[in-house]
Amino acid sequence: MVGLAAGATLMVLVPLVAIFGYLVYKGIGSLNWNFLTQIPKPVGETGGGMANAIVGSGMILLIASLIGVPMGIGTGIYLAEFGKKRFGYLIRFTADVLNGVPSIVIGIVAWSLVVVYQKHFSALAGGVALGIMMVPIISRSTEEMLLMVPQSLREAAWGLGIPQWRTTLSITLRTASSGVITAVMLSFARVAGETAPLLFTTLGNKFWNFNMNQETAALPLQIYVYAQSPYDDWHRQAWAGALILIILIVISMSLVRMAASRGVFKGGN
Amino acid sequence: MGVGIQVNQLNAWFGATHAVHDIQIDITANHATAIIGPSGCGKSTFVRCLNRMHETIPNARVEGTVKIGDTHVYGNGTSAVEIRRRVGMVFQKPNPFPTMSVYDNVAAGLKLNGYRSHRDLDEIVERSLRQAALWDEVKDLLKKKSGASLSGGQQQRLCIARALAVEPEVMLMDEPASALDPISTSKIEDLIFELKQNYTIVIVTHNMQQAARVAEFTAFFLSGKLVEFDKTEKIFTNPGDKRTEDYITGRFG
Repeated sequence: MVGLAAGATLMVLVPLVAIFGYLVYKGIGSLNWNFLTQIPKPVGETGGGMANAIVGSGMILLIASLIGVPMGIGTGIYLAEFGKKRFGYLIRFTADVLNGVPSIVIGIVAWSLVVVYQKHFSALAGGVALGIMMVPIISRSTEEMLLMVPQSLREAAWGLGIPQWRTTLSITLRTASSGVITAVMLSFARVAGETAPLLFTTLGNKFWNFNMNQETAALPLQIYVYAQSPYDDWHRQAWAGALILIILIVISMSLVRMAASRGVFKGGN
Repeated sequence: MGVGIQVNQLNAWFGATHAVHDIQIDITANHATAIIGPSGCGKSTFVRCLNRMHETIPNARVEGTVKIGDTHVYGNGTSAVEIRRRVGMVFQKPNPFPTMSVYDNVAAGLKLNGYRSHRDLDEIVERSLRQAALWDEVKDLLKKKSGASLSGGQQQRLCIARALAVEPEVMLMDEPASALDPISTSKIEDLIFELKQNYTIVIVTHNMQQAARVAEFTAFFLSGKLVEFDKTEKIFTNPGDKRTEDYITGRFG
């Protein structure tokens, strides 16, 4: 039994280590200060970097989180605390289907909702696409985490005359907070690497852009374009971009974990 | 000070199951009343009807009237939240809030109801913990120790302190000592003895010696019906009903 478990662990670890190792091996050579601070050079010139794509990804993920996290947690609360009837079942089913929808389809949805309406590509459209993707992941996990909180804690709060909404926020959600944060981080990491939903929403950009309403570079897009190109220098930069994407995800996850362990999300009381 | 409870024609259901039948009982203010009876006789359900906890269970239903002092618990203008502030409850299994310190557990009922004055809070927390005979054991680690890290008996006294902090008039205790060791049990019983000077106490118990020790009045429930309600002494020495006698002499249940 122990052998089997250890074997399974090994089988999970091997591809993980292999992927990360290969990324470091291929990418570390092109990773330098210029890569982090400069925008792409025109074709033919070597050097340049992905600074604009790093910032662009940050903007898109910020919008996505602003949409996905409150909606996802809100939906999860509804499902766990109130949605025991038919409507809840319907939402649960919808969320599960949405989870399985190919990300490019979500991209098309965001395109028709935002890009067609605005008549231009934008970081906002990409953020909407990724935000939509975050909702089902966060809501279903939040629901699971809340359902794991023993009913006796809710009863304890109700018994003190604490209203239902307050009980949900300050007792149930707070007790489940570490699980909910994990769910948020998982969904964040999942959408941070998405390329397809950004293809026709943010489009990409060779230059700096800090405007939410303009087409924007993003790391996965840049990697996608560079990897397909015929230039060796761009291939090397694509590897470096993939490495930096993973590193940034790890850093942001660690920051959130640290903040959580210091009680930043537990509220002022 | 405590207030009396008048219950009239109380019926309760879980879906189609009729759990409590036509209960009529007058519970005296500032005394302890014990509810005894075999498992599944509806005594917990009955007590949970007194602070509108019963209705939190899906498909549960209540009919009849309950009056706490002058307030109709199931009246049109009465909110469940308001009733639960006046009628505190202690549960069978200690259930402190695991993410909160001892201090925050006791203050939770006030803080989460929007009570903000910190100096008052400190006083109320200390007074409640003293009333629950827990102060000396936790006073040095009030804000450092988590409520969940206390022992079972301490946790239950913490839950009592938490309920006392919102200054209820009635205290419902649903087998408060059944999950505890004998020493903790006797501490809880001493506590009930103290508390009943200022609160009306209704205690559900499996343990007949416990009922005899702490309560002036005892009600015997069987199959969802109130069989007999009288002074504890009378119930245990000279019961009026054959079924009560069978139960307390251990012939069934």
